[in-house]
Amino acid sequence: MKTKDIVYIALFAALTAVLGLFPPITLPITGVPVTAQSLGPMLAGAILGARRGGLSIVLFLVLVALGLPLLSGGRGGFGVMIGVTGGFMFGWAISAFVIGLLIEKFWNSLNVVNAALSIAFGGIVVLYALGNAWVAVVAEISYWQATVGAAPFLIGDVIKVAIATAACLAVRRSYPLISKSA
Amino acid sequence: MIAGLYIKGNSALHRAQAGAKILAMVALGTGVFLIPDWPVVGLVLISVIALYRVCGFGWPVLAAQIKPVAWLLAIFFAVQLWLNDWQAGLLVITRIAAIVMFASLVTLTTKTSDMLASLERAMRPLKPVGVNPEKVSLAISMVLRFIPVIATVASEIRDAQRARGLDRSILAMIVPLIIRTLKMADDVADAIEARSFD
Repeated sequence: MKTKDIVYIALFAALTAVLGLFPPITLPITGVPVTAQSLGPMLAGAILGARRGGLSIVLFLVLVALGLPLLSGGRGGFGVMIGVTGGFMFGWAISAFVIGLLIEKFWNSLNVVNAALSIAFGGIVVLYALGNAWVAVVAEISYWQATVGAAPFLIGDVIKVAIATAACLAVRRSYPLISKSA
Repeated sequence: MIAGLYIKGNSALHRAQAGAKILAMVALGTGVFLIPDWPVVGLVLISVIALYRVCGFGWPVLAAQIKPVAWLLAIFFAVQLWLNDWQAGLLVITRIAAIVMFASLVTLTTKTSDMLASLERAMRPLKPVGVNPEKVSLAISMVLRFIPVIATVASEIRDAQRARGLDRSILAMIVPLIIRTLKMADDVADAIEARSFD
């Protein structure tokens, strides 16, 4: 791994931490809080690719586990990592990796549609599959019940997929970092 | 520098090895999942709460650890009450509370630097499979340095976009932020290589 890759990995771990500093927006009607932080894994995967993107989120999680309050709302430490939402924490790293894998695959013909679908698959389908499974085990409820419980959060995630897609395409035009078989 | 969540103290738990505390946490986490009786798990929870007192933490510290998951616990209890019975509900919430409280206690009683030192020790055997502890340490210290830099760049961009009437647009904020920091990352990488790291 080149020095430049390490710096990019550190950069997106830091960016994910900074995204946690933005105050959460509360959605009207449902009252579900939406934080900017989960944009981090989407951006890391879509801009750095699978390996570097996934590692940057792993690095971010290591720092949280070390006891730094980097999660939105100034949370951190092992309590949040292995608590109820633990599946989503570990899922972030996997989701960044999957997003990166798909974006790399479509890199030479990347457009709004396949970029958005890649980010939505990794950032919503894969992430919720892992997160809900964890919740189901911890709360002793069925997988289906956990999925229904998580549904209100989807609105925020759809918005984030749109933002990440636009950002990924803009960065691809001006500062491409994935050069797949170019 | 970002302050960790560590709270100063001189209890046995404060003095214990970080690695030992993490192992204890894993053992407790696994243990409470293997025990299917709520009174036993309840006793574990009470012991964990007692440990907070032993470490010299007052009720406010204890409450702050459980508060973020309190509403989830309430929901889980209600769901179990509806699906099964109150015993099942108590088992689920005492179990989660015990794990979260103990894990938080490990974080509260261990300095980030000690945690980092045991991480470095734990990584040493991984060297043959391509994990380079020096590079991981470099990456960790870079993240800590980048966070305030990115936050500063973000506030500069926010001011610039406000002048253009774009301060409500997240995209007008995030794209310049990524590109500017990527350029900075390239300079940092050049600087590291110029000093013969690697």
